[in-house]
Amino acid sequence: MKRLLSGNEAVAHGAWEAGVRVAAGYPGTPSTEILESLAKFPHVYAEWAPNEKVALDVAIGAAYAGRRALATMKHVGLNVAADAFMYASMTGAEAGLVIVSADDPSMHSSQNEQDNRFFAKFARIPCLEPSDSQDAKDLTIAGFDISEQFDTPVLLRMTTRVCHTSTPVEVSADRRQVKPLIDRYPRNPAKYVMVPANARKRHPVIEHRLEDLARYAETFPWNRVEMRGTDLGIITAGVAYQYAREVFPDASILKLGMSYPLPQKLIREFAEKVERVIVLEELDPFLEDQIRLMGVKLWPEAVSYPHTKSIFPLIGELNPAIVREHAQQAGLLPQSQPEKAGEQPQATPVPAGLKLSGNGHTDLHLPARPPVLCPGCPHRGVFYILHKLKVPVNGDIGCYTLGVVPPLNAIHTTGCMGAGIGVAHGAAVAGDTERHVAVIGDSTFFHTGIPALLNVAYNRSNIITIILDNRTTAMTGHQPNPGSGQTLQGRETQEIEIEPLVRALGIDKVITIDAYEVEEIEKTLKRWVKEDGPAVLIAKHACALLPEERQRYVPLRVDPDVCNGCTICFRIGCPAILKSDQLDPKYHRPLAEIDPLQCTGCEICARVCPRDAITFRDQALQFWHEAGNS
Amino acid sequence: MTAFSPSSLNIVLTGVGGQGTILASSMVAEVGMALGYQVKKAEVHGMSQRGGSVVSQVRWGKEVFSPIIPPGEADVLVAFEKLEAVRALGYLRPEGAVFADPHEIPPITVSSGDDLYPDDDAIQAALAQKTSQVYWVPGVDLAEALGNAKAANVVLLGALSAWLGHAPERWLEVIRRRVPAKYLELNERAFWQGREWFTSSI
Ligand SMILES: Cc1ncc(C[n+]2csc(CCOP(=O)(O)OP(=O)(O)O)c2C)c(N)n1
Repeated sequence: MKRLLSGNEAVAHGAWEAGVRVAAGYPGTPSTEILESLAKFPHVYAEWAPNEKVALDVAIGAAYAGRRALATMKHVGLNVAADAFMYASMTGAEAGLVIVSADDPSMHSSQNEQDNRFFAKFARIPCLEPSDSQDAKDLTIAGFDISEQFDTPVLLRMTTRVCHTSTPVEVSADRRQVKPLIDRYPRNPAKYVMVPANARKRHPVIEHRLEDLARYAETFPWNRVEMRGTDLGIITAGVAYQYAREVFPDASILKLGMSYPLPQKLIREFAEKVERVIVLEELDPFLEDQIRLMGVKLWPEAVSYPHTKSIFPLIGELNPAIVREHAQQAGLLPQSQPEKAGEQPQATPVPAGLKLSGNGHTDLHLPARPPVLCPGCPHRGVFYILHKLKVPVNGDIGCYTLGVVPPLNAIHTTGCMGAGIGVAHGAAVAGDTERHVAVIGDSTFFHTGIPALLNVAYNRSNIITIILDNRTTAMTGHQPNPGSGQTLQGRETQEIEIEPLVRALGIDKVITIDAYEVEEIEKTLKRWVKEDGPAVLIAKHACALLPEERQRYVPLRVDPDVCNGCTICFRIGCPAILKSDQLDPKYHRPLAEIDPLQCTGCEICARVCPRDAITFRDQALQFWHEAGNS
Repeated sequence: MTAFSPSSLNIVLTGVGGQGTILASSMVAEVGMALGYQVKKAEVHGMSQRGGSVVSQVRWGKEVFSPIIPPGEADVLVAFEKLEAVRALGYLRPEGAVFADPHEIPPITVSSGDDLYPDDDAIQAALAQKTSQVYWVPGVDLAEALGNAKAANVVLLGALSAWLGHAPERWLEVIRRRVPAKYLELNERAFWQGREWFTSSI
C-alpha cells in the first residue's frame, strides 16, 4: 500500500518494519517527528532522553542486549552524543544500531550549519543518505541489516528537505522477527570494555571493517547507476539527486545511497562511461574530495584551496534554481532558461502594458513577520525586567532566545544548548565587574544545564541563573521532558521539580516565582544584583499554548479613558497589544488597544501599566459576564 | 468553470503560523495522490510556528523530482493572509492563479507601530503586476459565519477545487480522512461555501 509520508515518518515506519525494539532521542528540528511517530507503533519502546548523549547510550545498551535500536537527533545533537558515537564504533553491538542525524542546511532552525557525513568518516561508520521518503524507509531497514552484518553502528544522514518533504511510500504491515538475537547480556570484555589494552586491539578491527564495507558498497543496491546521455555524468547523493534529475534531465547519474565508504570501482567505471563527470552535493565537498583523492578525473580538474568545492555553493541548501544558476556560470548549461516541461494550465496572455520585474518580486515594501514570543508567553516578563536592569545576559536555546528581538533586546550571547550558564560563569571568574545573568529553559536545563550549574555551585561564582520553567519543550513542539510528569508514550511519571534539584547541587539562594508575577521577579533581581554568590531564580508557569492553559484564556481590555499612551505596555513586545487609532488628547500619542482574539489574559501588561488602565482577569471576566456571555 | 487536467501543477500555500497552512497543504497533496499524480509536499517547521510566515509547497506531476518549487514556477498561490500573498508572489509564474483571503493579521513590526501594513491598493497593484487571475476568497468571514474562523483554510480549498473544475468527492474524502470527527461537519460546510463562492463570483 502506498501512503504519503514525510521522510521522518518513513524512517519511523522503516524502523518498525525492521523490528526495532528500543528508540531514544532528544527533540530537535528537523528530526523530532521520527520518534513522535515511532512512539505510536505497537511493541516499540520509545523515549525522550534528557539529551542526545544519554539517548545514544540508551540505544547502544539496547543493541548490546541484542535488540535492534534507534537513536534520533538533529545535527548538533550528534556533537553532544559524539563521545558515545565514537566508542560505539569501537565496540559494535549484538543487534542492529542505527543513528539518525537530521542535518539542517540553511539553518532553518539551527545555530550552525554542519555536514554530519564527516562524523561517519571520523568514526569509521557507514553513512546512508536518503533522497526521499521511500529511500528513507528502505535505507533505515538496510541500515539495520548492514549494522548486524558488519558489527557496526550505521549513520542515517537526513536533511531538512528529506525530513519534511512528504512523498508516497510503499508501506507494509509486516514486521521482522523481534526476538532478541542473544540469550544473555554479553560477557565479552575484550569487545565491550574499552580499556586501553582492549581498545588498541579493537582499532585495527574497525579499520578492517571499513575495508569490508567499501567492498560491500560496490554492490549495495542503493548505489545506483542511471545511464542516459554520455555527455555529462553526475555523482550525487541525498536530496541533491532530485535537483540533478530536475535540472539535468539528459545526464547520466550515479546516485549514492551510501556516501561513506564509497564504491571506488563503481565510481571509476561510471566516470569512464561519460565525457565529463561532476559531483552535485549539498554543503561540504564530502564526496568530491574523496573522489578526487581516488585519482578520478572530475570536471573541472583544477580546484582551489582551502575551499575545494568546485561548481556548487558550499553554504546553504541547494534548490533547482541555485543548481541551474551555478551550472550556467560554470558553462555546463546554456545561459537561457530552458522551458519548463509540461503544459501550462490556463495560460492567459499577459495584459499589454503591464511590466513584470524579472524575478517576479515586487517593489512594494513588506513589513517583516519575524517569529516572536507568543501572546501570554511566560518568558516575556523576565526579559522585560532584564532589559530594564541593563545587566549582561547570557542566553541559551529555546523559545526564550526570542528575548533577543526588539523591543525586549535582553540577550547578549547565545551559543549552543547549555552554554549560557558556563559562559556567564567564565565572564564572572575572569573578573568582569558587571553582575552576569544566565537564562535557560527547563528542557535545556535538564539537557546540559545541570553540570554547568553544579560548576557555579562548586566554584562559587557571582552569577544569577534564571531558569524559565514552562514545564515543556516548547520550541520544538511541546515534547514532554522530565518536568512534565508524562513520558513520550503517555505514561504518568515522576514530575521533577527544579528547586530541590538546585538546592541539592549546593545553591541555597534559590526561589521559585510564578513567571507572571513581574513585580516580585523585579524586586528579587534588583536585590540580588547587589549581593554576592550564586543565586537561582526559577520563573515557573506552564507554556500558554498547553491545553490546560488555553482553557484559562480571558482577554483583557484597555480603558481608553485612563490610558494616556505612555507606551510602557508596548515595551513588553506582546503581539496582542496594538497601537489604536485613538490619540491621547493631551500628548497626542496613540492609546493602547488589546486584540481580544490574541490576548490570553496573562496580565503582564496590566501589571506593568503605571496608570492601571488595563483590566485584570477578574474585572475582564466580570465585563464578559455582564455582556451576556457565559 | 474551467475543467482541465494539467500534466503537472505547482501549488504554494502560505499563511501565518497557526492558520492551518500545513494541514491545508497535506490535504492538497493527498488529493493529488488520489487523482493519480505523483506528489511531493515540502515545508519547513520550527521558528515559523511562533507567529512567523509559513510557506508550504505541493507539486503534482507525472514525475516529480525537486520538492522545492523554483521561483516563478508556481501555477497556483493560496494565501490565507493578505500580506503573505504578496510576500510569496516570487514563487508564482506570470499569470498564475492567486487565491487569497483578504483577512489581515498585522505582524509585530506593524502592531508595535514601527512599520505600516501596506494598503489594499498597493497590495492589489503588486499582485496585478504578476497576474490578472486573482481571487479574493473571504475565507475567514465565511468560516466565522459558520461558527469557527479556523475553517477558513478549507473555504479556500473549496474555491481552488472549483477553479480546477474538480468534482467534490475526492476532496471531501481527504477532508474526512484528515479532519477530527468533532470538526468534520464544520469543515465540510466550509468546503462547500468555498465552492459556492467561486461559482457565484465567476
Ligand atoms: C544539541 C541540541 N539539541 C536540540 C536542539 C533543538 N532545540 C532547540 S531549543 C530546544 C528546547 C528548548 O526547550 P526549553 O529549554 O524548555 O525552552 P522552551 O522552548 O520551552 O522555552 C531544543 C530541543 C538544539 N538546538 N541543540
